[in-house]
Amino acid sequence: MRRYSAFAVAREAARFHTGWERAWRSPQPKKKYDVIIVGAGGHGLATAFYLGKNFGITNVAIIEKGWLGGGNTGRNTTIIRSNYLQDPSAALYEKARSLYETMSQDLNYNVMFSPRGVIMLAQTEHEVRGYKRTAHANMLQGVETRFIGPEEVKKLVPIISLEGPRYPVLGGLYQARGGTGRHDAVAWGYARACSDMGMDIIQQCEVTGVRSSGGKVTGVDTTKGAIDCDKLGLVVAGNSGALANMAGFRLPMESVALQALVSEPIKPCMDVVVMANTVHGYMSQSDKGEMVIGGGTDGFNNYTQRGSFHHIEETVRALVETFPMVSRLKMLRQWGGIVDVTGDRSPVIGKTPLGNCFINAGWGTGGFKAIPGGGWATAELIAKGEPGPLSAEFGMERFIEGRFIDESVAAGVAH
Amino acid sequence: MLILECPYCGVKGEETEFHAGGEAHLKRFGPGSSDEDFETYLFMRENPKGVHLERWRHANGCGKWFHAARCTMTLEVFGTYSAQTLEPPKEIKDILTAKRPGWSWRNFK
Repeated sequence: MRRYSAFAVAREAARFHTGWERAWRSPQPKKKYDVIIVGAGGHGLATAFYLGKNFGITNVAIIEKGWLGGGNTGRNTTIIRSNYLQDPSAALYEKARSLYETMSQDLNYNVMFSPRGVIMLAQTEHEVRGYKRTAHANMLQGVETRFIGPEEVKKLVPIISLEGPRYPVLGGLYQARGGTGRHDAVAWGYARACSDMGMDIIQQCEVTGVRSSGGKVTGVDTTKGAIDCDKLGLVVAGNSGALANMAGFRLPMESVALQALVSEPIKPCMDVVVMANTVHGYMSQSDKGEMVIGGGTDGFNNYTQRGSFHHIEETVRALVETFPMVSRLKMLRQWGGIVDVTGDRSPVIGKTPLGNCFINAGWGTGGFKAIPGGGWATAELIAKGEPGPLSAEFGMERFIEGRFIDESVAAGVAH
Repeated sequence: MLILECPYCGVKGEETEFHAGGEAHLKRFGPGSSDEDFETYLFMRENPKGVHLERWRHANGCGKWFHAARCTMTLEVFGTYSAQTLEPPKEIKDILTAKRPGWSWRNFK
């Protein structure tokens, strides 16, 4: 792999950019791999990357039915934060956030991580109390957040209206080291690094069956033929239910559509991410100038990657009352992704009823921020066969034992 | 946009008139049941790609709970039926068989 650098740009400029090589190979599948990861999204590629980097396991295939990073990895609103309430979540998301800080260097690929700060607005007395509690919990967890008053919110976000028609801004939970990243680049960077380690990324190859014998997975059937493996990792977000069905077990999850939209590009007006969970809208400004807006999930099971229009209306209404200046903005694009939501709104990283089959799923509406941490923890799980400290609490057995990691209240819907 | 017809009051409406209530025909477990039974009842879901039987409430209408058969891949609504039943009625099953030959959902076929 040729390294990307300022020198490489100069060298290629001098020879009319004829020397760039493909970022990753597109090989045909081999007969057998040590590990097969199903799903070449952020979490799948990160899992493969850390299998290679942390455990030296490089005989790995990452199988993707579409194109890599084309699912929720390329559909989210790119928010990165770790201000969660519960200890296991804070540890996992903070690990991810800290890995984002050096990801561009680690992968030699610019993921444009921008620690511009994230504010979660408190617009009711309950939210003020809830976020103060989260700030105190974060202090104990070693996650740097603080509760700020309305004056500081206004200073950080001049375009905000503190006196909204329904809910005034009473303060906010501020994580200065949260921010955004370039979501496609995260997938591409991991893919390039995985390919460089000799792993095979096989796109447009849909898994059609999971073969097992004696309670163990022996391989997968795909549209490109059968592939054997010693260990299998399922990292397919919204399609987890379908894959689990093939493997013969059920999951504590349901798949629903989550929508996002972006406006036409405008001049820089907001350099932090603002989430308003009471009125339900969140917004940041991309480097291109578009306002990136996150919407809500539908209440019903859905695999169509499109959501209901009334959620767009609700989201835009919430943003217009929070940021009156956006009322004349035209929206450029709207899209949906299928997210797998668990009962306690926390992910599942753990074992399955099949001994050598592991799952990373259930990130619901908030998987992007966790990509490096989720991949790190899943790689450890697959390599050792047992969960490490990061994922120990996130196994599926927590639903039997009643040991939930309840983030549905702490994180709100806008995850 | 989903268009559902309430089997109780007969009103047809789009989805904002209704509230989705999740998977239908769950077997409920009470005090004294095992942890595994509670897990199955409370958390484990079919979440299928295709035919899904689910609960809806006519929230901005007559207020009644009812059941719907719907495809999660196309959002096609095959039909709605009373919630006072343990399995989908024959008419619904016939529509499903006509439109999705070989369909199955949990132990219904």
